[in-house]
Amino acid sequence: MSFVSPEVFAKQRLTAIQDYSVLSGRAVANLFSRPIYWADIFTQMDSIGVGSLPIVVLTGFFTGCVLALQSATSLTAFGAVSMTGNLVALSMVKELGPVLTGLMVSGRNASGMASELGSMKVTEQIDAMRALGTDPVRKLVTPRLAATVFMLFFLTIMSDAVGIAGGALVSVTLLGLNASSYFHNSYRALVYADVVQGLTKPLFSGFIIATVGCYFGMNTKGGTQGVGKATTQAVVVSSVFIIIVDFLVSRLMIGIFGR
Amino acid sequence: MATTAEDPAVNAATQPITDPVVSFENVSISFDGKQVLKDLSFTVHPAETRIILGPAGCGKSVLMKLTNGLIKPDSGTIKVFGEDVTAMRERDLFKLRARIGMVFQESALFDSLSVEDNVAYRLHEDGVPEDESHQRVEEVLHFVDLDHAITKFPSELSGGMRRRVSIARAIISKPDLILYDSPTGGLDPITSTTIVELVVKQRDVSHTTSLLITHRLQDAFTLAMNQFNQETGKMERIPNDGIDDSTRFLMLNEGNVVFDGSTLELVRSTDPWIREYLGEREIP
Repeated sequence: MSFVSPEVFAKQRLTAIQDYSVLSGRAVANLFSRPIYWADIFTQMDSIGVGSLPIVVLTGFFTGCVLALQSATSLTAFGAVSMTGNLVALSMVKELGPVLTGLMVSGRNASGMASELGSMKVTEQIDAMRALGTDPVRKLVTPRLAATVFMLFFLTIMSDAVGIAGGALVSVTLLGLNASSYFHNSYRALVYADVVQGLTKPLFSGFIIATVGCYFGMNTKGGTQGVGKATTQAVVVSSVFIIIVDFLVSRLMIGIFGR
Repeated sequence: MATTAEDPAVNAATQPITDPVVSFENVSISFDGKQVLKDLSFTVHPAETRIILGPAGCGKSVLMKLTNGLIKPDSGTIKVFGEDVTAMRERDLFKLRARIGMVFQESALFDSLSVEDNVAYRLHEDGVPEDESHQRVEEVLHFVDLDHAITKFPSELSGGMRRRVSIARAIISKPDLILYDSPTGGLDPITSTTIVELVVKQRDVSHTTSLLITHRLQDAFTLAMNQFNQETGKMERIPNDGIDDSTRFLMLNEGNVVFDGSTLELVRSTDPWIREYLGEREIP
């Protein structure tokens, strides 16, 4: 591993931020001009959305289960075990649903995008596409961006729903709570601001997953080893970004809605 | 069109006076501080086949990508069809590239698409109706003798077949300029000859201007000394040891042009480096 001077390092980082910003800007701008590759958008929706459904459902369901199980211990100490529904619903909708779904989809799809585009890059398929008169950002990045943002929104709703259902299963079968009471408390706990907060986050997460995954893919260098490196970087960077942006969006929403 | 070996050497003065298709003027480019091309200047005229020779790493592929506007030089001007590609926006370059076909070093076929979809890629992008595009794909696959491979995927093809599909993809839109980046690289001699025959066929049937990189001197001289016989459908030696006038050479070494001229000028060069590179080869 070679060491570089702080000046070179800073320039490299700034160039990377500039390239990422330009790529993201162009990917978004392409949504508002023709041609739009609808077939590629639907293919990516199937791959990213439907393909991620099993892991999102499983993750959401068992997160709801364990949330109910763990919180019951603390709530019992205060004689408030009947509030399990409130806790699970609020936690799932505001925080765990969006973040865990984002992280799972990031692990599955940011890596997939980076490796697919990275392989295309090192085998000159991206250059071939440009040589054939097609804008690779329009053809490859924009459909992935549109598909991820759109599908992550619905995947998050799915995760929230199965998470609350998982919490219900544990609450009824293991904690002996009344199902009707659980769902009633869950419903009552949620207000408009919570739902808005929970459904704003996946829009940012989807943007991060697609743009980071595509950025590392499109900038892959160094053959198969480079593809592996790009894949790892895509997952790590997008996961960290998702958590940071989750905090920022939470703070912003609390500032706007007061909760 | 061919000259015989007895003819005077074909020099630049005998070239038709037309606007060049490709023109490099003082082009330089460096990567990571290493200068790859230094103040490079040359022109390629219509219907000319320019063979680019040089040792590995001397900037041949970079030159090809510069011509297509895939990368930009650090300095200098590159004109293709009279348009300055160094000053064009990517959006405008896409229109220019519609007139340019490119065969990549490793074929660069789209893995996820069938041979038909790869070859018809440009037609699909242009919205050509499916029936017409299918017919044109069949014609062009017949040209490269790959009629049977239309439904296959790139992973099912041999290296030579992939290269031929790549040529089919480059020529389907009948481009005015074709860039061949090492079309015979990594292929066995027999397959290489098949590819060279296709290049000769394209040159003599369509008279398309082309740039071709090769590491194999044998391929370069096969191109210079053969013609395509449309009656027999085969490549054959130009009679009386003739040489194709439209085929010219550009030799690079360490980013500089060391030779720019005709086949006869090349083989008669007394430059020690060129003699060594050619291995003291004489035209048979």
